[in-house]
Amino acid sequence: MANSALNRPDMPGPQPAETTKLTAVPPVAGAVAPHLRANGETGDKIFKFLMLLCGLAVLGVLALIVYELMLRSSLSWHNFGIKFFAGQEWDPVQEHFGALPFIYGTLVSSFLALLIAVPLSVGVAVFTTEMCPKVLRGPLSFFVELLAAIPSVVYGLWAIFVLVPLLSGYIQPFLARTLGWTGFFDGPPYGISMLAAGIILAIMIIPIISSITREVLMVVPQHQREAALALGATRWEMIRVGVLRNARAGIMGGIILGLGRALGETMAVTMVIGNTPQIVKSLFAPGHTMASVLANEFSEATGNVYLSALIEIGLALFLVTIVVNALARLLVWTVTGGQPSRANG
Amino acid sequence: MAETVQAPVLHTVPPIALRRRIVNHLMTGVAVFTVILVLAPLIAIFGYLLYRGMGSINWAFLTQTPRPVGEAGGGMANAIVGSAFILALASILGVPIGVGAGIYVAEYGRNRFGDAIRFTADVLNGVPSIVIGIVAYSMVVLYQKHFSALAGGVALAIMMIPTITRTTEDMLLLVPHALREAAYGLGIPRWRATLSITLRTATSGVITGIMLAFARVAGETAPLLFTAFGNQFWNLRANQPTAALPLQIFTYAISPYDEWHRQAWAGALVLIILIVSAVAAVRYVVRRGTFGAA
Repeated sequence: MANSALNRPDMPGPQPAETTKLTAVPPVAGAVAPHLRANGETGDKIFKFLMLLCGLAVLGVLALIVYELMLRSSLSWHNFGIKFFAGQEWDPVQEHFGALPFIYGTLVSSFLALLIAVPLSVGVAVFTTEMCPKVLRGPLSFFVELLAAIPSVVYGLWAIFVLVPLLSGYIQPFLARTLGWTGFFDGPPYGISMLAAGIILAIMIIPIISSITREVLMVVPQHQREAALALGATRWEMIRVGVLRNARAGIMGGIILGLGRALGETMAVTMVIGNTPQIVKSLFAPGHTMASVLANEFSEATGNVYLSALIEIGLALFLVTIVVNALARLLVWTVTGGQPSRANG
Repeated sequence: MAETVQAPVLHTVPPIALRRRIVNHLMTGVAVFTVILVLAPLIAIFGYLLYRGMGSINWAFLTQTPRPVGEAGGGMANAIVGSAFILALASILGVPIGVGAGIYVAEYGRNRFGDAIRFTADVLNGVPSIVIGIVAYSMVVLYQKHFSALAGGVALAIMMIPTITRTTEDMLLLVPHALREAAYGLGIPRWRATLSITLRTATSGVITGIMLAFARVAGETAPLLFTAFGNQFWNLRANQPTAALPLQIFTYAISPYDEWHRQAWAGALVLIILIVSAVAAVRYVVRRGTFGAA
């Protein structure tokens, strides 16, 4: 943003002056279609007003989201207060609602996704910017970004029919044998699990993290690399000292933006997480997330309290993702001085 | 560029310690390995999608409505049309507002207020789609008293606006300032210059932005779950529940029937083909259009 503002000196300023100048010069003023100038001023006012309305609509939509969510969740807030977020019970029949299992599921699946996605995305970004031959650079980033174009329901479909059988048949038994003693990989290998949700989320956020990381790495000044090499660094040392260290804040921003996406992701997770509101240590157990409970129960919610409790979960999800996204943008801005281009889909 | 520096210098200094060289190669290997790990699911997804989808697509799938459970055959024709209908509603609502807001921030918004709109658009972009579904539900469905295509359209429009606003702004700012000045110099009113000169010049970029937004919402399922809701039959009335392709894929995918799984794959393939071809078609038309005008 800063850049575009620079090469574009304030444009509304000079305009009125020029119009007056034009009217002062008769031949030119006469040559211009007179009906246009006659309409000019009112036309300008109307046009600016219309565009302003559109701009206000953007603000209005956000305000409306906040308003509607708060309005519709007030009943639940009234009934349960802050304990709503600490309660573990989710009983629509008795109308006892606590959101903790969903918060837990959202956090665990998202962090699991980050754990898998971050090293992979950074690796891909480093490879594309620092190591790979120039011819491969374009196609490689194109293919990674193609991952971002796949609808989430298609990811879910693939996860149900390919990833889950793979997990239950091979990966989960292997993990249980080797790491079962930690307690994280315990229990029957059904495939449908927190682990499956984490993996599919990881695949979905890799394009976001890696494309932002790539952008950030590309703005690291070339002389940083040259300086490191001149000091006798190997290529890896150059990347570590000259590139990654300089890009830390931006990479962090990309990671947090990926986290924001993972927190709110709904369909693919709903399809593989098992939709059971419980807090269990083992990643092999089914779980539930804030987004997946909304997808599952919202249209079947009977009773005002039930609906209101679900909307309160939506409100919480909304607030968390806003904070996370704002933080991420701030971090990316500090590095690139601009907007992460179209990488937040 | 790195290699050109490396070659002359490193041969004259004492050889690099073996450990450092091993680490260097090791890390290169790790980077290549991550690329393979990332591309593997991509290939697996597209490969499997093509394999399962191609085997299940047939004429009936594209022309018929769903059959009851247990009966073979049937298709998703109503869902394909329903999706197009909801997306058309969303575009009618979202595109003018998005482009208008983009024009506002680019041409009049070099101030605090413009920054506020810009920031809001970015925030909106990060709102989970399921939350937007809730808002459309409480704004439209609760008043209409039933699920409707319109509610789905509103939800998707809300998701399109921020993307369109931001790309429109970016594209308008790319138009050289001299063009605007030339227009003002000819005495053309500002609104006319903005519409016929600035926006006209940036048309292909703006349309690309619209298509990005379109492609993004075309595959959205979450905001339609309790707005458009789905429908087993044909519907083209904005105030009635309507089938949508992503919804139908979801319903079929989590069902226990093999026949429905087959159709879900076919639906997924159709969805991706539709998205890709819509984007490609518009890009092609836009490119030809601007060349024709030039």
